[in-house]
Amino acid sequence: MGLLDQRFENSNVFITSMDNLLSWARLSSLWGMQFGLACCAIEMMATGASHYDLDRFGTFFRGSPRQSDVMIVAGTVSLKMASRIKTLYDQMSEPRYVISMGSCSNCGGPYWEHGYHVLKGVDRIIPVDVYVPGCPPRPEALMEGLMKLQEKIRAGSLVEKKTA
Amino acid sequence: MTAHEIHETLKTRFGEAILDAKLEGVIDPFVKVAPDKITEVARFLRDDERLQFDLLMCLSGVDYTGGKLGVVYHVNSMKLNQKFVLKVEMTVENPHCQSVESVWKTANWHEREAFDLYGIVFDGHPDLRRILLPDDWEGYPMRKDYQVPEYYNGMKVPY
Amino acid sequence: MLTEFGRVLIFLIVGALFVAIGLFVAWILRPHRPYPSKLATYECGEVPLGDTRVRFNIRFYVIALIFLIFDVEVVFLFPWATVYKNLGWFAFVEMLVFLGILFVGYAYVWRKGDLDWDKPSPKIPIYEQGIGVREPEVQQEEIEA
Repeated sequence: MGLLDQRFENSNVFITSMDNLLSWARLSSLWGMQFGLACCAIEMMATGASHYDLDRFGTFFRGSPRQSDVMIVAGTVSLKMASRIKTLYDQMSEPRYVISMGSCSNCGGPYWEHGYHVLKGVDRIIPVDVYVPGCPPRPEALMEGLMKLQEKIRAGSLVEKKTA
Repeated sequence: MTAHEIHETLKTRFGEAILDAKLEGVIDPFVKVAPDKITEVARFLRDDERLQFDLLMCLSGVDYTGGKLGVVYHVNSMKLNQKFVLKVEMTVENPHCQSVESVWKTANWHEREAFDLYGIVFDGHPDLRRILLPDDWEGYPMRKDYQVPEYYNGMKVPY
Repeated sequence: MLTEFGRVLIFLIVGALFVAIGLFVAWILRPHRPYPSKLATYECGEVPLGDTRVRFNIRFYVIALIFLIFDVEVVFLFPWATVYKNLGWFAFVEMLVFLGILFVGYAYVWRKGDLDWDKPSPKIPIYEQGIGVREPEVQQEEIEA
């Protein structure tokens, strides 16, 4: 069935409140799939630790893609790993989001020129929702990226958007 | 033992297998060995009482431009606190070298890395295959004349 | 007006309804977009190889069996403990006999070594690919000067 699959024609008060409820539920408990590949993983761990707590956002890291909402790709993506990232992204269940953390997964980072085995940006294989720049980004930057993703989820709606 | 004494010991024992040596004016005095005798030299270095080089610190491949490849061995003696360097040279057409994996077990991974990145084939290695790059990668990236491929498995490699 | 058992039945029904309603609402709401890559077996991103049914070590079965037997023994102890005060010395000795019989079995299992998780002299397996245990090489050979 899947109510979230369908798009409704008109908006009424029931749909709007369902919208708000579902968006609020989803953004308040974004379970992340830990995908620390390189140095950005250390900053991701620091963000999850007690000083810059990620648990207060409802985020805690799951090992399996089937139980997670958001995949935070933190670190350099080599071509050997890229096949696995594609498979793991496919195995996540909807609704799924991707945060690309750090310059290596944004665009190849410091290896853009000579890296023969680096994928220049993880958006060459999976669709990315939020890019967090930095090398590595500070924990506050990753938290801002997470909050931007929360704004994006809040803006999603069950009503079909009519293009003018 | 000083570097000169080690060189003398090796020369008296192996004679023509020791091709060259540079012991002055370098940070690490080295000895150049023939590629098909390196296992015996390594075993002698490890087992002799005066030398006792029981730790292979590093084994790295080199691409000397001009069609020559090489392997550099840094060995260390933990008991007698001395270091030494061995070098081996071979051509690109015949990149074969004897494996020292039976002497120092750490060479298992180091020789696989040298094979992966330079294409140096180590005879006598029990399991010589690619270790860092994927198994279906073509080419040896650390050679000076390597060209970055355009696509790998559908992914565009250059920026 | 309900018996005690009636109250337990109401409790069970409400519990089952709680779970069922939760799952039903989730089934209504969630998206359902399966495709072959998503339904593939999870193996940390790798292509899944081999059978999922693996052989377990037999010691798990042994431990589970012994646990089951002594768990049933404890279940027998519970009703005895509730009416113990009214029964007197006869019940006490009878329960001691029961426990003694089971203790003999426990002592047998212990002495036989079935409770050891690691066997004293384990057999290390040798793999065909050469990765694994090989005969250690003689390090210091006799050297002629």
